[in-house]
Parts: sequence; structure tokens; C-alpha cells
Amino acid sequence: MTSVLMPELSAHWDEPDSFSLAAYRRSGGYRALAKALAMEPGEVIQTLKDSILRGRGGAGFPTGMKWGFIPQGGGKPHYLVVNADESEPGACKDMPTLLANPQALIEGIVIAAYAIRAEKAFIYVRGEVLHVIRRLHHAVAEAYEAGYLGRNISGSGFSLDVVVHAGAGAYICGEETALLDSLEGYRGQPRLKPPFPAVAGLYQCPTVVNNVESIATVPYILNHGAEEFASYGTERSKGFGLYSLSGHVTRPGQYEAPLGTTLRQLLELAGGIRAGHRLKFWTPGGSSTPLFTDEHLDVPLDYESVAKAGSMLGTRSVQLFDETTCVVRVALRWVEFYQHESCGKCTPCREGSFWVAQIMQRLERGEGSEADLDKLLDICDNITGRAFCALGDSIQAPVGSSIKYFRDEYIQHQKQGGCPFDPAASTLFGGSGGSSPRGNTAMESA
Amino acid sequence: MALSQEARARLEPDAAQIIARYPQSRSALLPLLHLVQSEEGYVSADGIEFCAGQLGLTEAEVTAVTSFYTMYKREPVGEYHVGVCTNSLCAVMGGDAIFADLKEHLDVGNDQATADGKVSLEHLECNAACDYAPVMMVNWEFFDNMTPQSARELVDGLRSGADVAPTRGAPRLCTWKQASRILAGFPDGQAAGGHTAGEASLAGLRAARENGWRPDPQEGQQ
Repeated sequence: MTSVLMPELSAHWDEPDSFSLAAYRRSGGYRALAKALAMEPGEVIQTLKDSILRGRGGAGFPTGMKWGFIPQGGGKPHYLVVNADESEPGACKDMPTLLANPQALIEGIVIAAYAIRAEKAFIYVRGEVLHVIRRLHHAVAEAYEAGYLGRNISGSGFSLDVVVHAGAGAYICGEETALLDSLEGYRGQPRLKPPFPAVAGLYQCPTVVNNVESIATVPYILNHGAEEFASYGTERSKGFGLYSLSGHVTRPGQYEAPLGTTLRQLLELAGGIRAGHRLKFWTPGGSSTPLFTDEHLDVPLDYESVAKAGSMLGTRSVQLFDETTCVVRVALRWVEFYQHESCGKCTPCREGSFWVAQIMQRLERGEGSEADLDKLLDICDNITGRAFCALGDSIQAPVGSSIKYFRDEYIQHQKQGGCPFDPAASTLFGGSGGSSPRGNTAMESA
Repeated sequence: MALSQEARARLEPDAAQIIARYPQSRSALLPLLHLVQSEEGYVSADGIEFCAGQLGLTEAEVTAVTSFYTMYKREPVGEYHVGVCTNSLCAVMGGDAIFADLKEHLDVGNDQATADGKVSLEHLECNAACDYAPVMMVNWEFFDNMTPQSARELVDGLRSGADVAPTRGAPRLCTWKQASRILAGFPDGQAAGGHTAGEASLAGLRAARENGWRPDPQEGQQ
């Protein structure tokens, strides 16, 4: 069997001190920085372009191209902002990365900042992850002490300061322009684009905003070369990334693999759907990507193939639900999430999310009608493409796809006057309320 | 509660340090709000006035920002703020059952604290730990793979003052106020302690080793 998985970012996570600078250097850390500092900044950008690394935060925009958009010589300072606000329901890759290997991010930050000629970088990390934030502070402090941050890094003449900035609980701040408003000390609301951040970002200065995994992958590309990175994956989705499996799967977790790996391959390694059950539906890339069913086990999980099959690769956040799960309940809860997190700036999203939630609630209670389904689709149609940012568009994903594949289940709620499912059957503890089969099994640290 | 003169004098150098991190002072607002929350346990009217004074903003401007973000509390919370994820996946896996059970066990509603002020309860949105569902958080530390029973034991332990360790986090829980100070950017020196990766974080790495796609470090050393 050829290699399905290729743990690179996650290669050393089982070492008890993997988060430390010493451990990172032991496994070859900061060699990529030395290489980058010996290159011209433009060459580093070209290397990223050649690797065809696409942004790992969900949108999949080519990272090197984003860097290349920074206008040079305009006299304004440039900024690098790392988006560590991971909050998409289902997304759970960046937090374990930062807990176990924050130095990969720091090394990537120094290389990226050098390439775009930024002397200040910010890590905007969601606030609800205390130990991750401790590890980030620790990693930044260790990097300063070792001379990888601060003035004249490794004698190169290049200087960089990094600030760890904790958010305060707002999903919308994962949207890059809302993040910038939040980082400037305002309510996190998205900005009208253009101008894009590359031209007018933080403090109206040229700014690159990149996801944690994108930046943490940069040292690999410098070390192994753009060509090797681009040799993995599929024709237009290059390299590898973390697939996060969660839900009704025997061994949930992080599976690092080339892009284009299928769910069938991943499930085989994860022990399949939990014993005695079968797959009903799943998200390929988080709650804002339309649902797939067991028909889609062999769809290569790359940007193009997933889009062709009617969904989006997103953040490779694979949430798996078995036949005990009510799809109406799941879709409704996501809609309520978008309603709660809608920032209120634009009318289609602010009003639409509340309307959709109310109709979905009625349907879940068994008080809806079949006509409600068409009304839902019509409202979603009127939100999608008309909202300020992608949050509004996301509402359609669970609603439209759940109606498409499980229309009968909505009707069943109406016929029965309520939910036909036993919620206890879908729990991890099977309604016993007792011990968890997975237990609390965090690895002991030295 | 009022922010005392003594507290103001103590917080001012901290505030200056926070403001100095940023090219433009207003960027310091979110960490400053975490800072005043670390003093009073919530963002009081005095806290808002303090932040406004540090940044040359009006209290209305600061209030508008405070009310946007769910982590800033406008009422005191417990010494231990307990969150249960009830977003779709955690809800289905047991989060709904855990939350319902805890409300009854603690006799509180959503966003309320127990009478002794020890524990407050809130249902949360996704906490980026779906592979450990159902997930709970206490003072923003991870408690993984929870059940109604383990959740009850957890809050009972918090109320009785027992030593409680998160599944993936510092060796010991800190208080809500201490956690807020870390969020303001003042680390507590606990970064190296505690856990690095749980079972789920290592699932892919282990599978790769079992299949011989990744060398086993034990063999490499021999």
C-alpha cells in the first residue's frame, strides 16, 4: 500500500517537549529561515508561487500570489497578520498545531515577513484557548531569546517583532477584513473589498493575512523545495494538509495527507464509522460547506473535485454523522450559529439568518409544512451572493444540502409532529450518562 | 464594584505596556478589556471608563466594542466559568445532554453563576476541538470527551476546591481572573507544563507509523 498519510507538520507531536524551540531545532527547525535569509525577498515569494501552496484557511487562494500583491516601495509599513481565529464548526487543526508545534508557525512568520518586507507581525488567536495562547507567548519569547526575532535576525539586517493578540469570542473575526477591524480595536465587521488587504489592510497599510497552517507549511517548502511540495496532491491542489475527522468515527483526529485523499481512505485508517453504525452524512470542510453523503466516499478531497461534487474543501474539517443523527437538528444548530455570529452589518445576513432559523425551528418541532422548504431555499437564494462576506453565504450550505439529500426527513418531522430520532442514540455515551468509551486520554507530558 | 485608586495605579503600567505593543494605540482595546476583566472578573462601567481614559476614547466607543464580543462579561461570572459546546457536532455527541444535566445539577440557567459564586455556566459555540467531542471548557481550558457524569464530577470538584486539571492544558486550572490576565498578554509561566497532544491529535501520526509510512522514533534510536 502506498503512503496515504504523510505527517510533516504533525511529525513530532508525540514528543513530550515538541512545543519547545529545542525540540523544533532537533528536528531541523530554523534551517529554512537560514535558507530564506540568504535569498532575495522576491525569490522567496517566487518559491511560494512555484509551490502552488493554496491558503489553508478555507478559501484556497494561492499564498505566494497573495504575497506578490504587496506593493513594494510605497513608503508605508507592511504587516503580516496570522489568522489563528479557528472557529468554523468542525475546524480543529490549527489549535493542536499551535499546542504541539508553535515554532513551525514562528519560523514561517519570519520567512513570510522577510519576503513581503514586513517588520511587524501579529498573531490574532481566538481567545477561548488559554493553553494555546500560553504556548504562543512561550514560542515567541524563545524565538526572541535565540535571535530569530528582534533586531538584525541572524545577522541578516532584517528585523521583526511579533505580537500575540488574543481575540474575544466572535466567529466573524476569522474573516480577514473583520479580523483587521478587530485588531484595530473596533467591532469585528467585514470591510468592503476592494481595496484588498494587500493594498489597504491593517491601518490602511499593505497587509498579508494568512492562516496558521499556510504559514507553518512555509518552512517545509523552503527546506524541500517548491518542486517537491508540488509533487504531492492533485493537479491544481498541491501539497498536503491536515484532515480533521470528528464525530461518529472510531478514531477521530488529525490525519495529515496529500490533497486529493478520499474519505474512504481516511476512514479506513480511522477505524471506520463507530461500531454497529453506518455513515449518513458529512461535511468535507466545516459547517459552511454543503453536506455530502455515503455517495461521496470516493470524491478526492481537493478543491476542484469537491467543488465538482457540489461542496467545498474549506478547512478539511470532516464531521461525520451516522444514521442515529437527525439532519434537521444538525442543520438547524448550524443556522442558529450563523444567526448568533452574524455581525449585523448587512441586511441579507442579519435578517435572513433570523428568518431561516425561525422556519427551521418550526420544521424541527414538526409544525412546518412542505412549502416551508421552498421558502427556506428561496430565502437562502436571496442571502447568497448578496451578503457583505462569506458568513451570509454559509447559511445556505447546511440548509440547501440537507433539503437536497434528506427532504423526506423534514417531511417526517411534520408527519410525526416532532423529531423522529432519539437524541440519546447519537451520543458518545449512548444515553447511559456514564463513562466515555474514549475516556480522558490526553498524553502525559514530561 | 468600583475600580479602586490602588487598582488603577497598579493597572496603569500594565496598560502602558499593552499600548506600547501596537503602532496605533486603539489596537490595545481588546487586550485592555481583558485586563480590566482580570481585575474585576467582568467589564464594569469603571472598567470601560478606565480603558477609554487610557486610549483617549469615549466610554460609548468602548462600550460598543465590549458588547460585540462574547468573552467580555457585563456581570460577574463564577471563579470557574464552565462552558459546554452545543454546536451541532458536540450537541449530537452529548453536549446537549451534558448542558441540560448541568443546568439541573447546578440549579442555574445559561450564563448564570451558582449562589456561592464558584461556578457559572454557559453554552458555547465551537471550540476547535471537535475531534474530542463532546467538549467542555473551564476558564478556556480544554476538557475533552465529556459525559454527564464526568461533567458533574468536574463542577463538584470546582465547587469543593479540589485540584482540577484540564485534559489538554496547564497542570492546574487558574481562576477566571488569572485567565483574563493571560489573555491580556501577561503569561503566567505555565506554558511548558501540561499536555502537548491528546490521542486524537496523534491519530494520524500513529496510523502512519503502524503502516510504516513514518519511521518509528524508538527504532531510529537503536
